[in-house]
Amino acid sequence: MSSRTTEKAAFLIMALCALLVVLPVIGIVAYVVAKGAPAISWEFVSAMPKRGMKAGGIFPAIWGTTLLVVGTAVFSVPLGIGAAVYLSEYAPDNRLTKIIRMAIVNLAGIPSVVYGLFGLGLFVVFLGFGTSLLAGSLTLAVLVLPVIITTAEEAIRAVPQDYRYASLALGATKWQTVRYQVLPHGLPGTLTGVVLALGRAAGETAPILFTAAAFFLPRLPTSPFDQVMALPYHLFVIATQVPKMPESLQYGTALVLLALVVIAYAAATAIRMRLRRR
Amino acid sequence: MDQRIEVRIVGVSLYYGKFLALRHIDLDVPANQITAIIGPSGSGKSSLLRTINRMNEVIPGSRLEGQVLVSGQSIYAQNVDVVEVRRKVGMVFQRPNPFPQSIYDNVAYGPRIHGIKEKRALDDIVERSLRRSALWDEAKDKLRKSALALSGGQQQRVCIARALAVDPQVLLMDEPASALDPIATLKIEDLMRELRQAYTVVVVTHNMQQAARVSDWTAVLMPALDRAGELIEFDKTAKIFTNPSDKRTEDYITGRLG
Repeated sequence: MSSRTTEKAAFLIMALCALLVVLPVIGIVAYVVAKGAPAISWEFVSAMPKRGMKAGGIFPAIWGTTLLVVGTAVFSVPLGIGAAVYLSEYAPDNRLTKIIRMAIVNLAGIPSVVYGLFGLGLFVVFLGFGTSLLAGSLTLAVLVLPVIITTAEEAIRAVPQDYRYASLALGATKWQTVRYQVLPHGLPGTLTGVVLALGRAAGETAPILFTAAAFFLPRLPTSPFDQVMALPYHLFVIATQVPKMPESLQYGTALVLLALVVIAYAAATAIRMRLRRR
Repeated sequence: MDQRIEVRIVGVSLYYGKFLALRHIDLDVPANQITAIIGPSGSGKSSLLRTINRMNEVIPGSRLEGQVLVSGQSIYAQNVDVVEVRRKVGMVFQRPNPFPQSIYDNVAYGPRIHGIKEKRALDDIVERSLRRSALWDEAKDKLRKSALALSGGQQQRVCIARALAVDPQVLLMDEPASALDPIATLKIEDLMRELRQAYTVVVVTHNMQQAARVSDWTAVLMPALDRAGELIEFDKTAKIFTNPSDKRTEDYITGRLG
């Protein structure tokens, strides 16, 4: 084969690989939309479940997932960005820093069900939060921390060194330099990481299984110590635990979860574009 | 010499880890004059410049022996605040590095971090600084536009205005025109001559013609055999370029060295 032909063949194969990556995404979305769309109605997203969840809406699960994601953000975003700033701007290159980095990498590799057990042990039992919104949020926060720290650190490191030098040379302290140059210019990238992480938190089932989620609640939670319903857990329950569940409700629930995450990504992208344009 | 000395470098040696970058430099920089630091690549010109505002300290593992005095005060003494030093000794970098913000916010950055909040006061400082950096007429109608939309030469003048806005006594310039075209370069050089009235200017340049055109005094650095930079000659620029005392200076400026 001539080198031109080889080139063409290689190019074709790689293009196919790239296309193959897109296929499952389109497939999953199309399938969920096709099967779930008939279930979607105003009542479905705004009402309480009825008749053993076989009818009515899934509003408590939507609300619960929203609260869990907000709770996760409250705990994980400040902690994650703080750690990222420390690691990229302040941390000396020593053994302690290496241990911290190793811990972050390992944290990312732990299966999510293990986080669930950890959350059960620490937050639910030991700290006495009970199965609650608070315990679930904290567990999910620990789960997404590595993602937030890693992406935030990358975004912060990508801020050109020139800005730091210019700021320091004007007599800014290190903290002022971080506060007014490094963080604002690292923000778009950091935001991407945060939203990816929270999207993941929204869809996780195992970590909330033991720490937050309830099978069915007749009313909405009123305190952080209340249990909550959540979309992924609700989906798991209606797909496996409730006999003769209408299929469209299951796919409808999946579609709502998918839509929530997509809306969050879209919002983040829009904010990022605005920040970049400034 | 009846010249007032603004910056006094006394027996300064600078290490990066184990590597000796500068060996025992003594240099008296006269006030309200332009002092050029020239020398071949790797002779430690920029390192020497950075010892005057302690920017050498941002490089991990750097260590300095000796003393640097600015207006008679030792800037490396125990009780000296590095923030105060850098406020007194401004710096302009090789590559124009305005923040990706508006021209106004660039120039107002220094005064703001030093606690000036009043809009009127900031407006005044921004206008005065841009006038001093000869950018006011070009920039006054687009102060709120991004500094990155300007040409390279204009960006460098934003950086100069930004440095002047904190009212330094000394202005350090690290090859300020090396990334600019010839016309922008000449503008920066004109500007340097103006700035000399109010500031003591120290400029690193690898461009011999520039040193000869613009500076009053010239310091020549040369790497020794162990690559440590040494000051081999310091004199009036006219003397350095017409009748240098050191053979190596002559070789360097006539292009036989470096």
